[in-house]
Parts: sequence; C-alpha cells; structure tokens
Amino acid sequence: MYTPVYGRRKILKAAVGALGTFALGDALAAVKGGSTAELGLAELPDGTLAEQLLYALPGKVPLIKKTYRPPNFETPLEYFRSPITRNDAFFVRWHLSAIPQVSVKEWRLHVGGDSAGRELNLTMADLRKEFKPAEITAVCQCSGNRRGLFQPHVAGVEWGVGAMGNAVWRGVRLKDVLAKAGVKSGAIELTMNGAESGALDKTPDFVKSLPIEVAMSNDLLIAFEMNGKPLPHWNGFPARLIVPGWTGTYWTKQLVDLRIVSQPEKNFWMSTAYRTPRGKFPTPTFKSQLYAPNEPITMMVVNSLITSLRTGQQFPRGKAIPVRGLAWDRGTGIASVEVSTDGSHWRAAKLGKDLGRYSFREFSLDIPTREPGSMVIMARAMSNAGEKQVNELIFNPAGYHHNVIQRIYVEVV
Amino acid sequence: MRTAILAAMMMVAGTAMAQEDKFVLQDGPGRDKAMQCTACHSLDYIAMNSRFLDKAGWTAETNKMINVFGAPIAKEDVDAIATYLTEHYGKK
Repeated sequence: MYTPVYGRRKILKAAVGALGTFALGDALAAVKGGSTAELGLAELPDGTLAEQLLYALPGKVPLIKKTYRPPNFETPLEYFRSPITRNDAFFVRWHLSAIPQVSVKEWRLHVGGDSAGRELNLTMADLRKEFKPAEITAVCQCSGNRRGLFQPHVAGVEWGVGAMGNAVWRGVRLKDVLAKAGVKSGAIELTMNGAESGALDKTPDFVKSLPIEVAMSNDLLIAFEMNGKPLPHWNGFPARLIVPGWTGTYWTKQLVDLRIVSQPEKNFWMSTAYRTPRGKFPTPTFKSQLYAPNEPITMMVVNSLITSLRTGQQFPRGKAIPVRGLAWDRGTGIASVEVSTDGSHWRAAKLGKDLGRYSFREFSLDIPTREPGSMVIMARAMSNAGEKQVNELIFNPAGYHHNVIQRIYVEVV
Repeated sequence: MRTAILAAMMMVAGTAMAQEDKFVLQDGPGRDKAMQCTACHSLDYIAMNSRFLDKAGWTAETNKMINVFGAPIAKEDVDAIATYLTEHYGKK
C-alpha cells in the first residue's frame, strides 16, 4: 500500500528569513538561508518571508518550504558550501499535485512518436542491461531560481537562491535509447512526460520537449542514480532526464514517456509557460518553437553564489574576510570569478577543482580588512563563452535567468 | 501523464498534505469562494504571492486557473475572489 508521505510532523516553527536572529540552535544556519537581502540581493516578497518555514519531507532534511501542494522546497544556503549537493538536501519542485509513488518493478519507459522507427517499452532491467552506463556531474537549476528577488515582484513560486543543486548523475545515454527506437529523418523534437498529473483531468499534463539534435547529443542521460544512490522520490525516482546546461524544466522527473515527433509540441507548458522575450538572453534558440513573439527558455546563464558571508556580519580589523562560493554556467565552463570591494577594481579568486564543465565550480579569496566601517563584497563569474553576470536585473515577466551580482555589506570593527 | 497503464502500475499519492491546513486564509467576504483554490493547490501559494499583485493581477491569476488549468470555478465568482485576494493579499 501507499504510505502517506505527508504524515510526519517535523516542522520547525520558525519563519525563515527576516527572523534570522532567532536562537534556534542547530536550525540557525538554515533559518538564515531564507532572507535574500542578507545575501546582498533584493528581498523576497513580504508574504513569502512570513509564510516560508523549514519543513522536512520524508527522506529530506528540513528545507525551505515555499508551497506544500504541489511540493516546492528550496535548499538552504548551508548546503551550498560543498560543490556536490546532498540528495537529502536537494531542492524539490513539482508543477502538478498528483505525484505517484512509483514502483520500480512496475515502471516502464515508453518510447514512440510519429518519427520513431519503432516503439519500445523498457523495464529498468532492460535499461541497465541493454545500454552502456554513463555518468555526468551537472547543475540542475530551476528556470525561476531567484524569481522572488525580481523588482518589481512577479507571480510564481517565489524562490530565493536555493532552487538548484549539483549532483553526479548516473544512468544511460538518452541518444542510445532513441537510436534503439530509431530516429526518422523528419524528427524535429523529442517530447518528455513524467508520471505526475494534475488534480483535475482538465489540467494540462506537464509535457516538455527538446530539439531533436539536443536530445541526440552526447551529454543527456536517463538517470536512475544520484550521487551513487537511487534518485529520491522527490527528485524523480525511478528515472529522470538529465539535460546538462539546460534549465530544470527540461529535466523530466518520473520519466515514463518519450516521443520522437515531426511537429513542435504546443501544449501550455511549451507554448505559453517557460518563455522569455525573444533575444533578451545570450542563450541558444529553440528554433522549432519560434511561432510566438516570445521564445522558450533554454540553457542557464552564468551565475555565482557567495556562501560564506551575510550582510551585517562583523569582522575584526586586520582579519581577512573569507569570500567563498560557487559558480556555474550552461556548460562552457567557468573562466574566472572576480571579487570586488568597490565595483570597479576586481581581483581574481582561486578556482576549486574542476568537476566537469556542467558542474558547480568552487571559488575562494581572502580579502584583507583595513579601516573600520562598512565594506561591500561583490563576486562576478565569467564563463568560457565570455558571458558575465549582470549589474542590473534583465527583467522578464515570468521571472527567469536572475544572475545579478550580489552586494554584501559586512562590518569591519 | 494519466493513462490506464499508469493507473495499473502506480499508486497515486493522496493529494492533501496535513501540514498545509496550518495555513488559514484571512477572514473576510469572499473567503469561502477563494477556498475553492484548494481543489488543486495548497493555499500558501496565495500568501507567498503577496503583497504585490493589484486587482488586475489577482483577476488574471484567477482567470488563468480557470482557463488554463481547468479550475471548476464559476465565472461569476471571479470578481469576488479577486476582490478578496486584493483586499487581504494584494498591493495596498
């Protein structure tokens, strides 16, 4: 029988965010992770700050609850002090509220579509037996990560900085599975569907699509392991799509259906949602989806997160300020992260071990303190494509691609 | 995805989360009509999206739920819901 997943009561009765000064023992660091103003960015909406709290879903550590149903939970800042995000701290994002508990024994992956050579119905044993294993380290980031920091605020899930994570994904190559089905010459997109559905029959199913040439490229996986363990239920057990460099909306969870098709997929989630004004961002264009004034979001923009500092933090004069954090982009790799205390002079931080071009990359730099007083700390990442984080928000109505440089004010005393 | 095959191979999770009942919408005219939102999602979505939408914004959100997501809300309830949401969770 299905075990109710919402039954356990592990609530920490502390609003996250503005209440960061509360003494909450072990929960203190996590609680502080909710205010984005402390991270030198614009603050979340008042209602978000008042309502969000720490809550542990079954199998997860307490995460920042945005909404219960569908479940949307954000990873607190403390878990980004390592380049690999723990499975039990990895963010949770669902669009539809009927989320099944999938039995791996009963699970099947159907592959078909009008441009497939033949249909496949694969069991997990088939996947593991018939295809070569493959592994990749890649950042999964929600398209709307940092949406809550938009000024003016825009409607949606009001994420702070933690709707992202980096993991070692293991499974089989998507292209091998598609090749087994056969890709006909007229194929233009691959559609992906997961097992979840809306509470109502009328709610559009969460179907996404990718350009067929992207689907057939080397780096995409059908993953069933994350950091050496089975995928957590909340992150798409038993199998999910890994689309390195692309925003999370394409990383279909509980993957059950793939279709190789000759026409663009035009359901609500492709034609209306997850779109940005055309030409606004330096990301690849999804050519078969250009039938409207806007275009689908595709790959991530370059970004970074300082994980060691908060506005208001005090440092004794003469002691260095440790600037530590993570940087990532769409897979060109991080060329540099620079740190500044005035916005005009920038010093190169030391980059950590290269875990792969799609991975988080750690950076660190110790900044000397001089005079007592307030001091601004900024960090900006640059990708190997030459793209840099922006000084001012590139506004778009759905709240995507926030990569504004942080401005954290610390006190030298 | 919702098919007979899926129904056979998976147990669908219950949709209500006990914890979500801890969030209660503010009292006021129209609250009963706004409670219809729980058919598809927890009500914390409303507080999370406050206070920055004006009446036009909340009207657009309510209409989106009906027209895009198929919420079984009567058209004549839209104004009462948007008025309630604007008063209690809207931009002042």
